[in-house]
Amino acid sequence: MKIGAPKEIFAGEARVAMTPDSALQLIKLGHSCLVQSGAGLAAGFSDASYSAVGVAVVKTAAALFKAADVVVKVRALEPVEIKRLRADQTVISFFWPAQNPELLQKFCDASANAIAMDMVPRISRAQKMDALSSMANIAGYRSVIEAGNNFGRFFTGQVTAAGKVPPAKVLVIGAGVAGLAAIGTATSLGAITYAFDVRPEVAEQIESMGAEFVFLEFEDSQDGAATGGYAAPSSPEFLAKQLEKFRELAPEIDIVITTALIPGRPAPKLWLADMVGAMKPGSVVIDLAAERGGNCDLTQMDQKIVSDNGVTIVGYTDFPSRMAAQSSTLYSNNIRHMIADLTPAKDGVIVHNMEDDVIRGATVAFGAQITFPPPPPKVAAIAAQKPKEKVKEPTLEERRLAETAAFKAQTKSQVVLLVIAAGLLGLAGAFAPQEFMNHFIVFVLACFIGFSVIWNVSHSLHTPLMAVTNAISGIVVLGALLQIGSDNALVVGLAAVSVLIATINIVGGFLVTRRMLAMFQKS
Amino acid sequence: MNIGIISAAYIAAAVLFILSLGGLSGQESAKRAVWYGIAGMGLAVLATVLSPDVANVAIIGAMVVIGAIAGWFVAKRVQMTEMPQLVAALHSFVGLAAVFIGFNADLEMTRVLSIDLAARDNLIGFAKKLAQKDAVEQAILHVEVFLGVFIGAVTFTGSIVAFGKLAGKIDGGANKLPGGHILNATAAILSVVLGVIYFNGGGVEPLLLMTLLAFFIGYHLIMGIGGADMPVVVSMLNSYSGWAAAAIGFTLGNDLLIVTGALVGSSGAILSYIMCKAMNRSFISVILGGFGGTTGPAMAIEGEQIAIDAEGVAAALNDADTVVIIPGYGMAVAQAQQSVSELTKRLRAKGKTVRFAIHPVAGRLPGHMNVLLAEAKVPYDIVLEMDEINEDFPSTDVVIVIGSNDIVNPAAQEDPNSPIAGMPVLECWKAKQVFVSKRGQGTGYSGIENPLFYKENTRMFYGDAKKSLDALLPMID
Repeated sequence: MKIGAPKEIFAGEARVAMTPDSALQLIKLGHSCLVQSGAGLAAGFSDASYSAVGVAVVKTAAALFKAADVVVKVRALEPVEIKRLRADQTVISFFWPAQNPELLQKFCDASANAIAMDMVPRISRAQKMDALSSMANIAGYRSVIEAGNNFGRFFTGQVTAAGKVPPAKVLVIGAGVAGLAAIGTATSLGAITYAFDVRPEVAEQIESMGAEFVFLEFEDSQDGAATGGYAAPSSPEFLAKQLEKFRELAPEIDIVITTALIPGRPAPKLWLADMVGAMKPGSVVIDLAAERGGNCDLTQMDQKIVSDNGVTIVGYTDFPSRMAAQSSTLYSNNIRHMIADLTPAKDGVIVHNMEDDVIRGATVAFGAQITFPPPPPKVAAIAAQKPKEKVKEPTLEERRLAETAAFKAQTKSQVVLLVIAAGLLGLAGAFAPQEFMNHFIVFVLACFIGFSVIWNVSHSLHTPLMAVTNAISGIVVLGALLQIGSDNALVVGLAAVSVLIATINIVGGFLVTRRMLAMFQKS
Repeated sequence: MNIGIISAAYIAAAVLFILSLGGLSGQESAKRAVWYGIAGMGLAVLATVLSPDVANVAIIGAMVVIGAIAGWFVAKRVQMTEMPQLVAALHSFVGLAAVFIGFNADLEMTRVLSIDLAARDNLIGFAKKLAQKDAVEQAILHVEVFLGVFIGAVTFTGSIVAFGKLAGKIDGGANKLPGGHILNATAAILSVVLGVIYFNGGGVEPLLLMTLLAFFIGYHLIMGIGGADMPVVVSMLNSYSGWAAAAIGFTLGNDLLIVTGALVGSSGAILSYIMCKAMNRSFISVILGGFGGTTGPAMAIEGEQIAIDAEGVAAALNDADTVVIIPGYGMAVAQAQQSVSELTKRLRAKGKTVRFAIHPVAGRLPGHMNVLLAEAKVPYDIVLEMDEINEDFPSTDVVIVIGSNDIVNPAAQEDPNSPIAGMPVLECWKAKQVFVSKRGQGTGYSGIENPLFYKENTRMFYGDAKKSLDALLPMID
């Protein structure tokens, strides 16, 4: 199959859907590759670098659409490109099918197939083609860099000879992929980073990236797992509580990065005009949701504005495109993995298997039919969170009662044991002679000493303990020594053997213990 | 030397033994403690030999020299991985010595009773003591001899079987003869019957017969216990050897023997108790062998075991800040402790936090892993117990499991039907990533599937532990 990447014609789009590296991998899958002349230029890939790996460079987009069986693109098709579609041609790109029903219809009319990279289901197996995540990752990183560019101070706090610099405080709202990437970048630049998300279960992820989770006291927090890792709209009460918290934070925050999006809805307004007003002059707001109306009241799409009180508000929507080389590399890899899944036999033949969860989910138009929305995937995206069991904190009263009960039970069992033991001892004492009882006292006391001494032995020394006790149990040698003076030859012989083996035991045991203990050393 | 001085020496020896055991509470004081033990033993033996009760000093000297050389030789030669079998073998010596001494006591008694009253005054040592005994005391002596021989005999064969199992000379699994515990019970009842005959003046024959039965009990009891229960077996035999010494002490009326035997006996008993608690099992069920029956079908395991190569492990280790290593018997088998130590050294040189998590029953002897790691010069202050480290796993980047299985089995917590349900385990699956170094896909000693291997954050690093680690080492930079 011929796979072709045209030049993006959307204004300002610098990315390209195929890089020389990804083309090389595609060729290994048995495909041949085409690229429109100049397609990779804005991302730093020259025509020569494509032809060097065996990609045919085509002059015009029209020629490419004519030749290619599969067209890979970044942005959804523009009207001029739709006219070039052929029957049975497959286009792989971002589509936003929910927002672009007429685009799907046009694919149907042309009986072309459409695979939407933004519709790849979020299951583990499909992570390698999850272009939304790879682009969001770049957007998150870039948002911090952009903020730094517009922020007049260091991120990290420093104490220098020329004075003390306080660290910047960054608040990241929405801890999706972009949010987490932003948190990671901000903390590694040295900023004090706070993060908020409506899904309490991401607190752990936020903390793992080094930020502090802004905790909201609220019952019935939602479980984001049900919606495939995205947030669902919040209740009005929750929203009010959330805004109250932000208002409280606003005066001390230097940089706000908002990434809150709800699938299929305009972006929620979370950073209101009065919060911008409360921020210090020179602060920066980066709104990653600008394309969907923005999380900030003042955001203007694709614009950088400065508010009346000197707060810079950045509403760019093309963060990935601003890092075209990096984002093209990742995106073209996502595409390459998608094509690899479409080419199961690695023989250059595309098999559009509509039974496959991932391919079915991403395909939005196939065989002159609109196949959107897809049926729910067979594998749940994320395991549902188990409701956390609430451990009831016992009150002081209950605890005291439990303690007394335990104490009573213990006393009872101890007393019973002591009584039984005393009875048995008494019985023995009634019959046994004085000498035996004297020895018995020694025996019982030694047992008690043994018990109390051994409890304190550290776990790691259990092997040396066994070796030492083993050596010490060689004390039976005393018995043999006392018997060896007998007149009976058999007795002498047995006693001699006993002395021999007990000595082996004693010497071997002690030496080996010493060897072991000598090895233990402190770092 | 008179009796008073000997008694004083015995008291000193007893105190030294107690100090010796108590000193094992910490690594540093332990180094001193072993000297207390040696001094105590030296004092006791010297005092006994110099006492007027002992004759044939030439034989004693020869035997002690030969024994000491043999003991020295064994202690120098043994590898640290062979420690479990050495300890087991040494236990058998104590058991056998106890049997011989018991028989001697019986023979001496018969001899002493046969000589006339006038000649008894010339007797020395043990025989003199026997001569002074009245009828009741003689009866009690019979009981003591009987008990001493019985415990000694069980210890002897039990330790030999344990040695064979630990050294791999006989099959390590639980093998019972047909009839199982009924056989043991029958042998025990027969022994009691023989004991009654013996007490009533049956002579030495019932004693001999009983010894054979006790040999069988020791053999069969330990044959029936296998695999992961071996640490309990070894400490149990340790306890038995102590009780045997105490019983001999009663026979001979020697308080030092009684004290020392009781110390050793109770220490072994406590160790066994600690081991059993670490496995969440009752002592009885360990003795009876095999894991308890399951109450239902085991939870089905989803997912697959995903393998990884040395490069992958090395990359993860290079990225990690905190690493926890969980060694198990597999590390001992592969003799991989040196490689583990080298890995630790390299990771620590790069400023990473490396710690070891030791489960109480890891290995085949209580504290087995600690000794192996110490041998490989891993500092003991980074070697932690289960309770100290279990809550740190969620903040750990990489966990490397080297040759352990059951002690990291999440089924103990998640599956109420699992045979090891309720056993405290190292919760390594809570870490970000887990690498399991393992020879193949087989199950652990208890034969239970381990869901850990199927978890999403687990990767299987197949191969001999030592070879795998050696392949890994050059890639840590």
